[in-house]
Amino acid sequence: MDFATIIEILDSAVRLGTPLLLACLAGLFSERAGIFDIGLEGKMLMAAFFSGAVAAVTGNAWLGLLAGIGGSMSLAMVHGLASITFRGNQLISGVAVNFLASGFTVLIAQSWFQQGGRTPQLSGNGRFEPITLPGAEAVKDVPVIGQIYSNLISGHSILVYVAFAMVPLTWWVLFRTRFGLRLRAVGENPESVDTAGVSVIRLRYTAVAITGALAGLAGTYLATGLAAGFVKEMTAGRGYIALAALIFAKWRPVPALGATMLFGLLEAISNRYPNIDLGVVNLPIQFMQAVPYILTVVILAGFIGKAIPPRAGGQPYVKER
Amino acid sequence: MEKTPKWVDVALIPVLNLLIAFVISGIVVLLIGEDPIKAIKVMVSGALGSPYGWGYTLYYATNFIFTGLAVAVAYHASQFNIGGEGQATLGGLGVALVLLAFPWPHWSIALIAAMIGGALFGAAWAAVPAYLQAKRGSHIVITTIMFNFIGASLLNYMLVNVLRPRGAMDPATARFAKETYLPTFHDLPLIGQFFSKSVPANVSFFIALLACWLVWILIWRTKLGFEIRAFGRSETAARYAGISPVKVIMVAMLISGGLAGLMAINNVMGQGHRLVLNSVEGAGFIGIAVALMGRNHPVGVFLAAILFGFLYQGGGELALETTIPRELITVIQALVILFTGAFDNMLRAPIEHFFVARANAQKEA
Repeated sequence: MDFATIIEILDSAVRLGTPLLLACLAGLFSERAGIFDIGLEGKMLMAAFFSGAVAAVTGNAWLGLLAGIGGSMSLAMVHGLASITFRGNQLISGVAVNFLASGFTVLIAQSWFQQGGRTPQLSGNGRFEPITLPGAEAVKDVPVIGQIYSNLISGHSILVYVAFAMVPLTWWVLFRTRFGLRLRAVGENPESVDTAGVSVIRLRYTAVAITGALAGLAGTYLATGLAAGFVKEMTAGRGYIALAALIFAKWRPVPALGATMLFGLLEAISNRYPNIDLGVVNLPIQFMQAVPYILTVVILAGFIGKAIPPRAGGQPYVKER
Repeated sequence: MEKTPKWVDVALIPVLNLLIAFVISGIVVLLIGEDPIKAIKVMVSGALGSPYGWGYTLYYATNFIFTGLAVAVAYHASQFNIGGEGQATLGGLGVALVLLAFPWPHWSIALIAAMIGGALFGAAWAAVPAYLQAKRGSHIVITTIMFNFIGASLLNYMLVNVLRPRGAMDPATARFAKETYLPTFHDLPLIGQFFSKSVPANVSFFIALLACWLVWILIWRTKLGFEIRAFGRSETAARYAGISPVKVIMVAMLISGGLAGLMAINNVMGQGHRLVLNSVEGAGFIGIAVALMGRNHPVGVFLAAILFGFLYQGGGELALETTIPRELITVIQALVILFTGAFDNMLRAPIEHFFVARANAQKEA
């Protein structure tokens, strides 16, 4: 395996890890505020459909992005209504959101485009095309550093750079702003936030809305960056892998980057090498696909460090009288 | 504190929630330019209008009874088993291995062996998440989701690399021997004349009914069931009463996984006659809707399973006769889960308030 191949695999890992990263950060805001979200998959799917559909009709990826975020946020509001206002079971609501998206997208896609539940192929401005960073062409032939810069760092769509920028931004919001402090507090001990005179309900709705927006970015990237249009069930479990990454990262933004890129790398490797022969054992592709889930169970079991979720996660807040 | 009448809880609120789900689905049908009334007519005549339709409706319902009971049993122990899909997948593997391992002389013996195989494999797939929840506090919802995916990968591996007959292209096991085919409704005395040879409903339906009755006995008539319910209501109280949390979680989840695994006698042994990829077809998830709708009671689960069987068969007919895709059923299913589960308080709070206020007013008068 030469250096160029390694760069190629890493490049593919970045592209495959990006939707996971955005979805993982989406889940992070919600769960840090005490709202479990197993509906990331559905929100991504909804965003993938609406971005694909609107980009196909208007030929403008940016309008697609807006539509994608709108689709995802509408589901986020359903989840918020269920878990905050009606104090329902957040897990059940998440399951419902996933099914809603899975059925609704195909139903509307079929009615709008009659193409068997997909949207028309996107081209040109309908997609977020790769961006060549300044100087990437010039340093292409410089060994190692030039190759890394022009082939790995340069040449992604704008959403990939947005996703990476979201990591420090999320860290800063959560750990360096008053809003972030309150958000974390509402996930650990909502009574204290309420006592301080801050609205638990408003904070949680804000968190759920941010989750909707970020999951919208993730879904939009799937349909307009990674692929060229929406296909039925195109999220293919990525929302759950993002959830796994969130646990793996123990609900922290910087480790979330590591976890999602690791899972992206696993996918990139198994795409390129369906069977990995280690001499002693032969790792089949099915094993590689299951690795993120197995790792998450191991982490949850607490054998390698313990993953402790926010303390008030999953519990509806009832104001004391 | 006055309580609302029981009929409000077990009948009125579920029916109202269901009604809302259907009304919204009707609006969705209108939005995509179809006629909801016509859609309902097609579904009813396709699923309930003929013995053929009933043969399919009851076949789907059999799957949903097993997975619905699985969710319900776990729920009584306050465990949300979202892993029915994976447990039923593994159950299919268990049933297939049992049926392929031995030349069974008669279907009845094969059925008993297959039930043991399916239930054991299903229970085994629930055992690890259950143990991790009981002993290490790992959230069972997340671990069972992860096990659904691991199960799908495992089945994929087994079918592609181990169980596929030599020379075959598609990832599936060999066909089971003819002797193991379960009698369908067509083969049964008395009712057989009404059903054609092609209906998939088979004797597993009666096993599912038996399972409903046994679950009722277990939950409401045994000491173990009492422990499960006590633990589900209040963990601290149960602990104080000397009930072991580890035991309750383990036992409830093993029974739950076993029930989900048992589903395979219907879809794999009774209908497919071989194990293919994705033979569960989402029945594990529908079990969640069925249990919610049925208020975790076997009678409710039975009725809700029939309802979803009707939706499944009717949805298939809808896709054939109109331009409405099958996915409408997924939307209805999502809305049922949403309104009977997550939005439950939306109707419950005002209705309970109304009945309590009325009871108080009557007392004063």
